[in-house]
Amino acid sequence: MIETNDLSKQFNNDFWAVDGVTLNVQPGKILALLGQNGAGKTTTVRMLTALLRPTRGWARVAGYDVTQKPQEIRANVGVLTEQHGLYMRMTGDEYLEFFGKVYGLDPHARKTRSDYLLQYFGLAEASGRRCGEYSKGMKQKLALARALMHDPSVLLLDEPTSAMDPESSRLVRDEIARLRSSQRTIIICTHNLAEAEALADSIAIIYRGKILLNGTLDELKRVVLGPVEYEAKFARDFDAGDLDLPQGVTLAARNSDSLRFRVEAPQAVNPTLVHALASRNAPLVSFQEVPRRLEQVYLKTMADAQGVAYAA
Amino acid sequence: MQRSSSTIWMVAQREFLDQFRDWRIVVPMFVLVTLFPFIADDTTRQAVNFMNRFGGDLILDHLIPFVVLVIGFFPLSFTLVVALESFVGEKERGTIEPLLSSPIEDTHMYLGKLLVGIATPLVFSYASIVIYLILVSHRNVQFPSPYMLALIFLLTFAHAVLMVSSAIIISVQATSIRAANLLASFVVVPVAFLLQGETVLIFWGNEDVLWYAIVGVTLLAILLVRLGLSHFRREYLLGREIDTINFRWIGRTFRDRFRGQAGSIVEWYRTELPITLRQLRQPLMIVIALGVIAGIVSYMWVVTNVPTYIDLTPERVDQFKTFIADNLTNLDSLGERLPAPVLFYHNARTTVAFLLLGLVSFGTLGLTLFIGNIALVGGVLGAAHLVGYSPLLAFVAGILPHGIFELTAIFLATAATLRVAAKLVTPQTDKSLGETLLLSLADWFRIFVGIVLPFLAVAAVIEIYLTPVLIKLAFPYL
Repeated sequence: MIETNDLSKQFNNDFWAVDGVTLNVQPGKILALLGQNGAGKTTTVRMLTALLRPTRGWARVAGYDVTQKPQEIRANVGVLTEQHGLYMRMTGDEYLEFFGKVYGLDPHARKTRSDYLLQYFGLAEASGRRCGEYSKGMKQKLALARALMHDPSVLLLDEPTSAMDPESSRLVRDEIARLRSSQRTIIICTHNLAEAEALADSIAIIYRGKILLNGTLDELKRVVLGPVEYEAKFARDFDAGDLDLPQGVTLAARNSDSLRFRVEAPQAVNPTLVHALASRNAPLVSFQEVPRRLEQVYLKTMADAQGVAYAA
Repeated sequence: MQRSSSTIWMVAQREFLDQFRDWRIVVPMFVLVTLFPFIADDTTRQAVNFMNRFGGDLILDHLIPFVVLVIGFFPLSFTLVVALESFVGEKERGTIEPLLSSPIEDTHMYLGKLLVGIATPLVFSYASIVIYLILVSHRNVQFPSPYMLALIFLLTFAHAVLMVSSAIIISVQATSIRAANLLASFVVVPVAFLLQGETVLIFWGNEDVLWYAIVGVTLLAILLVRLGLSHFRREYLLGREIDTINFRWIGRTFRDRFRGQAGSIVEWYRTELPITLRQLRQPLMIVIALGVIAGIVSYMWVVTNVPTYIDLTPERVDQFKTFIADNLTNLDSLGERLPAPVLFYHNARTTVAFLLLGLVSFGTLGLTLFIGNIALVGGVLGAAHLVGYSPLLAFVAGILPHGIFELTAIFLATAATLRVAAKLVTPQTDKSLGETLLLSLADWFRIFVGIVLPFLAVAAVIEIYLTPVLIKLAFPYL
């Protein structure tokens, strides 16, 4: 579990890299931390791994306070850093063996775990080669294997699929999803919004060190983009005239062969709305929710934060 | 303990592996280490031939130990790159963060890297010496005694620890390999000077004096290791990407610490200065103890040994008395020859020298200078005793009036210097090395400005205008 309250970090006594971050990630959940480069994602992760000492606020990771029990946190957290951080003159085998020792695994556990991870990430054949000879994707996979070597209860992943080919990315995403089901607490820092959308249970958007938004994807969509929109498509041109809309529904857009409605409580209102259309003999072909992507949420949030107009 | 040593070895082992798989490190080191003894051997041969033709037995007798010392130092200077790279290199390559995120303790990580940093240069250094000794054993020159060789091996070891511990401090503090390599000059150049001093010991002293160098260098090396361990923090390695000097912050921090909470000078003297004085209690006790011991030992040494060095016959004593009487008549015009402001400036400069020497040597050179000064006072009183004057009267009339202020100022300045050094080698969890130094210096300047300077000013006036009068009153028969 990860809990933070007013977590803040100041550098050079004048620059707040992270300012008042409050998060709560339960076991078995994944939080995606989104933000521009320099927004404070890496600094937040570094505080959560007890690498940086918070200037203000507190954080508890895997049940330990980051300032009081840094060693315990490091022993229970797996970190995939922004750079893969491999020793280029070591072989894949040696690398995992070294980190197995670092995390205090006995020789048998080291061998078993290392063999499993190399096999799982498709690196078994390359395990005797030096890391410097690996492709970018292989390096990233080996780095992820290192983060998982000691089977940590908390995972902090900074750009886990960057530089990976689509197949490898898929493999890593599947692995992350599988790790969630094993009750691990996971934070992913990423610029890949599709990945965040696919994996995260909750999303936090950070800008200049401050959390602008934090919640589930649906909550974020509602807060940023407003109520859900539904589109009714007609078989031919249809003049709806003055439709008597149920309470909590507003007309968002009108075209000759479609209408778009903004609906506050779809479950309660949609049947009435569809009935109203049918009673006007509307040649209804489909009635469905207008898809809204995380990208829209993110870009609108960023545009609002920077005070510029959001081009949908 | 076993877990600690195995963790240190684990860190070191990986470094060794990484290092020796890189031919760009191994090959130049190997070539230089094997080539240099041959060059040195040829130079020795030329030097021996030259001295056999034109004389110079003193140099000839000590030439081989000197060359061995230089050969030992040479590989240390270029293999220093291993230590310089240890932290900042990993930081630049991005490999440090996974390591720092692991549960390896700071001390183990630091000592593991220190071990590799020391072992590699030392192995190359000893290998170079051995090659040279094999070559020189075939020449017709005086081979150094096993005792001398053992001392040089020990001294080379102390050099290695000193240089590597400094290099690792640089590696932790620097933000790029380039900066670390530039800063390496601050390691190599002082040690080269040190080597020259040790050469002087080899040529002019006997073998045993090398022990002073070994003890001195080892002490400094231990303090450097301690300094490195005290200020090694993971945060510092990751917290900065580029070096920036924030002059505004430096000025503000120094000023805030110096001024404290006081709103006026009177308040500063009443509330702030006593806080710093209380912090000086422990170092002051050490300084007083050392001062008293230095004074007494010096007095006793002069009284016991000087008569055996110079034949102190009654005629000789009379000559001394006449000399002193002549000089005391000159005391009347002391103020014209040595104005009080000049004396004040001289003394103030000396206390600043205590600090500067103390800063580069963790207080040891500052303390040495202080002990030397106090020993001089003890020696003068011992000399007074030898020529038949009362040392107590000489002290009360000639030293105490201005000494109350001057000695107090010097004792406090030395204690403050010692505290700066102690702060540097004491672990500070919430402050960087720079911040610790800045705050310690502000405390030092509190004492310097608040007490030392006013006391030295008063002492200078008393020493020039009152002490001569008191001396003449105390010794009217002169």
